[in-house]
Amino acid sequence: MTAVFLVLSAFLASAVEFVEALTIVLAAGITRGWRSSLAGLGTATVALAVIVGALGPALTYIPISGLRLVVGGLLLAFGLQWLRKAILRAAGFKALHDEAAIFVREAEEARAAGHVERAGLDWYAFTLSFKGVLLEGLEVAFIVITFGSAQGSVSLAALGAGIALVLVAIVGIVVRGPLTRVPENTMKFAVGAMLTTFGIFWSAEGAGAHWPGDNASLPAVLVFVGLLSAAAVAMLKRRRVAFA
Amino acid sequence: MRRIKAFGRFWWNFVVGDDWRAAAGVVIAIGATAALAAGGVDAWWLMPVAVATILWVSLRREVSR
Repeated sequence: MTAVFLVLSAFLASAVEFVEALTIVLAAGITRGWRSSLAGLGTATVALAVIVGALGPALTYIPISGLRLVVGGLLLAFGLQWLRKAILRAAGFKALHDEAAIFVREAEEARAAGHVERAGLDWYAFTLSFKGVLLEGLEVAFIVITFGSAQGSVSLAALGAGIALVLVAIVGIVVRGPLTRVPENTMKFAVGAMLTTFGIFWSAEGAGAHWPGDNASLPAVLVFVGLLSAAAVAMLKRRRVAFA
Repeated sequence: MRRIKAFGRFWWNFVVGDDWRAAAGVVIAIGATAALAAGGVDAWWLMPVAVATILWVSLRREVSR
């Protein structure tokens, strides 16, 4: 059960980030040419692989309780951000993430930028693509390393991220446009709930508490977080209607 | 120096985000759980209660802005 949670969490979180990275790479590729933007994508992927390759094994030397305490705290702070934004979006207090609008904005900026050639590459397309993939990818790397190391299986978390990468890449190649039909807020809601769930579970364990039933209590924590979020959305929606 | 600042800002935004009070609440809740555990109380229930409180306070702040 925990393994399924782990793969699913890493998959969903990575898919959201890859969709955002794809929008940036497409904007750079379509407006400035594919060679430089794909070179940026490739360089960022290598940089990410080096970061994960260096940090992943290093974390295995840290005692598991200390690791869970730190990772749990980080995931909780990080997960609460996702959850809060997803709740505010679902309740109508924050605009939904619009990949099509982001694509148009990025493409306009890319068209307007001047042409500087370095190492035979269009430097704007290369850096736009590189920065986009590296920054979105760092979030994926953070999730894979923290989830994997705290649960003792970086490979399972990497599997979830790998499936997401392949899926988003295939759809991106087929569609050749921003993935506007991806239910991004629903996915972000699910990711926020899962990050918060793992954060609650591991930080309490790392602090010395023992969950009733150990890992079996994870689904109960997820249900708790889900109900809490649904109640928050319902209350905020009611408040919005009352003030409208 | 500029790059170090930018690097620090990236990680701050990444982990803490736009509500530092929520992150501080998480740290306090973990500390309280550890203190209770050290005193022999198995406080597994404290983190869920703390998260519910932190989330609600953070949402209320955001909505009333």
